[in-house]
Amino acid sequence: MAADPRKKAQPTRGANQARAPWREQAESYFIHHRKVARDSANRLLHTPVASLMTWTVMGVALALPVALLLLLTSLQGVSAGWESSARVTAYIELDVPLERARVLGNEISGDGRVAGVELVDRDQALAEFRASSGLEDALDYLEDNPLPHTLLITPEEGARSTEGVEGLVRFIEGMEGIERVQVDLGWLQRLNAMTDLLARAVWALAILLAAAVVLVIGNTVRLSIESRRDEILVAKLVGGTDSFVRRPFLYTGAWFGLGGGIVALILLQLSLWWLSGPIERLAGLYRSDFSLDGLHIDGALALIIVSMLLGWLGAWVAVKRHLDDMEPGDIAGGA
Amino acid sequence: MIEFRQVTKRYDSDHTALRQVNFGLERGELAFLTGHSGAGKSTLLKLIMVMERPSAGEVVVGGQVLNRLPRRQIPYIRRHIGVVFQNHQLLFDRTVFDNVAMPLEVMGASPRDTGRRVRAALDKVGLLQKEKMNPMQLSGGEQQRVGIARAVVNKPPVLLADEPTGNLDPALSADIMNLFGQFSQVGVTVLIATHDIALINEMGRRTLKLDHGRLVAGGTPVLGGGVHGR
Repeated sequence: MAADPRKKAQPTRGANQARAPWREQAESYFIHHRKVARDSANRLLHTPVASLMTWTVMGVALALPVALLLLLTSLQGVSAGWESSARVTAYIELDVPLERARVLGNEISGDGRVAGVELVDRDQALAEFRASSGLEDALDYLEDNPLPHTLLITPEEGARSTEGVEGLVRFIEGMEGIERVQVDLGWLQRLNAMTDLLARAVWALAILLAAAVVLVIGNTVRLSIESRRDEILVAKLVGGTDSFVRRPFLYTGAWFGLGGGIVALILLQLSLWWLSGPIERLAGLYRSDFSLDGLHIDGALALIIVSMLLGWLGAWVAVKRHLDDMEPGDIAGGA
Repeated sequence: MIEFRQVTKRYDSDHTALRQVNFGLERGELAFLTGHSGAGKSTLLKLIMVMERPSAGEVVVGGQVLNRLPRRQIPYIRRHIGVVFQNHQLLFDRTVFDNVAMPLEVMGASPRDTGRRVRAALDKVGLLQKEKMNPMQLSGGEQQRVGIARAVVNKPPVLLADEPTGNLDPALSADIMNLFGQFSQVGVTVLIATHDIALINEMGRRTLKLDHGRLVAGGTPVLGGGVHGR
């Protein structure tokens, strides 16, 4: 007689069988899980080439978006670093004399958010422009110096955030005699906009590739379900619940995910190692301390967990689609 | 133990497999189910296994009306019904022991318990020494006995057999029938679907005869606990 506490049917026979206490039940449940997990892993290792191919497909599909995300994080680190070198340029109205410009400069440098102010007077500016632009002849035609006095303002360390700089700009703009204030962040904003765009593209790619992983695993598990059809039918016939029958396949999916995650990590490490030399040289040319960061231990763990979840999900899709419909009716022969 | 009340099973294509079948089997009763092929024997067994649901009427097993059984309860019903097939449905990727252990594994029995019960079942069918072999290495009669061991390993109150002796010679068939007789003596309700008229006559048990989906013989209506004739 079945000593199953979950049973709902009340057969009338064999009540003399001792019921397993719950501890023993839980214990055999865990033993069963361990056995199923081990069996599924062994099955994968029994067909090493096929398994390795699935792992590689999964690894490539996972490594690609993760690599792009890493690149993105490094780029965002770059823009964060350069934001600190932001400089504010204030152009003084043309009719303001040099003395007044000095006073303005002193006023601004008196502000707590300002680290230093440099005054570039219009004659000096014209001379610099003449020297650097190569437009000497054209400049000679001008009657007046078209350039204003300019204040180059370096913000204090604490004011170098976007909001801090904006506040400073508003303050300077509000002063009398200031024509226009420009923050030299244009290229930085463009870089930021580009990394934002790239981030979205990478996430879209990541989602698409994750879906591909789920489908690949789903298809692989479907084949494995087909090849174990007899076993599934017999298990259902002798009273295996749906979750009992699903379990080995869900473990298979998770093991595919584990292997895929490990392959992805290896691919990432290899390409990082391969790229690190050229990147260092390139960053050196730009005098940047840019470097491509690899995955840290927690990132690697997260990648593997996500990978296993995707594998599990793929298996679950296959199981839902193909396994639950399988009924042992066809074993029993025709009517 | 098993009760059919006005059971009709109609498949989609105007094909009616069973028409208003009425019968009851008591605890410990052994009965044969016979009829021409296509008479509805398999359908009747499938209804007991809840592989099919009746179109009309009620199927009751162990006091449980199967018509209204929710899908997720079906496995628990099947744990109380052992089944033996003509082609025995053994798995050749594992040992005899593991084949017989399947119903216990499904229930989550402890390994200690499993070992004890599997060996008891194998002992019963006389194959205790062959537990470590692959079923492929066994003869047809032995394979069928492994199938029987698997069907009875969790001591189900109901045992169904679909042409269990179809591939066996008369001596082996008699052996197998003997086993079924022993199970019924310890209280198992046994229903055997077979063509083998000689065997049926030899055993002299109650026989349910189906003809084009109608129960034409042996279909005693269910009474309040009377033991049906042999």
